[in-house]
Amino acid sequence: MSVITPIGTLYRGGEGMWTWVLHRITGVSVFFFLLVHVLDTALVRVSPEAYDLIIATYKTPIVNVLEVGLVGAVLYHALNGLRVILIDFWKRGPRYQRQMTWVIAAIWFALMLPGTFFMMKHTIEAMFGSTS
Amino acid sequence: MTTLDISAPRSGAKRSGQRSNFELYSWLFMRISGIILVVLVLSHLVIMNLLDGGVQRINFAFVAGRWSSPFWQIWDLTMLWLAMLHGTNGMRTIVNDYAERNQTRFWLKMALYTASGFIILLGTLVIFTFDPNIG
Ligand code: HEM
Repeated sequence: MSVITPIGTLYRGGEGMWTWVLHRITGVSVFFFLLVHVLDTALVRVSPEAYDLIIATYKTPIVNVLEVGLVGAVLYHALNGLRVILIDFWKRGPRYQRQMTWVIAAIWFALMLPGTFFMMKHTIEAMFGSTS
Repeated sequence: MTTLDISAPRSGAKRSGQRSNFELYSWLFMRISGIILVVLVLSHLVIMNLLDGGVQRINFAFVAGRWSSPFWQIWDLTMLWLAMLHGTNGMRTIVNDYAERNQTRFWLKMALYTASGFIILLGTLVIFTFDPNIG
């Protein structure tokens, strides 16, 4: 059985729908992180000790991995957001929306591969010894 | 190559009562703020997580150093306001999409606006009243 994608929408079935689902999930996740992030930064108004204590949790291996996930989510949302903007404003946007999906996927991997390594360099060294 | 053929709406655009362009402006705001946030947020992530030492070098003294410059104060303030308004407006869309009962929609949005207003106010106060000699 083949799935028939109705013509006239970018949003029902296929890549167009999944890029939208991911855009929504990453948008919500980043929003909730931002609420927490403003609260933790607000501790600079309490005392240097309070702030340094909360920032220390960001330096632990588990939160370090979560941070990589956050950066990946923001990067996807940003790239796909630009794709949505091009679909809306660029004359050929709707026609090239699928190609643009593969372009943003390529950019995402190209940035996340080295990005993940450098974000986790300290954690990797702390756990497995020096990398150099 | 399939061409996109967006079919005409089946019912006419008849609206009762007051017309407002709010949704148009909010649609436009999502796109304009998005473009600015690409620069502000992605640079923020690179500076904080990758450049010399990444998150390992961040502490109170680091924040004090950055906010001694009006450039980074304005950067962070703009980023705070744009990201919060963009995120809140996006959440508003999502609540409108999924919460079907009028009451539920209303109260979810009130909770959203309360939380957002509090965070924007708190963040703004923190940037403007930061004191490097505290404690
Ligand atoms: C980094 C640059 C960003 C870009 C280019 C961007 C772009 C966009 C665009 C164009 C939309 C509208 C999508 C549509 O109308 O279909 C959108 C929606 C949204 N954005 Fe962003 N955004 C960015 C950052 C953020 C941040 C930092 C947050 C969180 C605070 C966020 C949260 C959301 C949410 C919750 C939605 C609603 C999603 C939906 O309706 O499905 N975005 N974004």
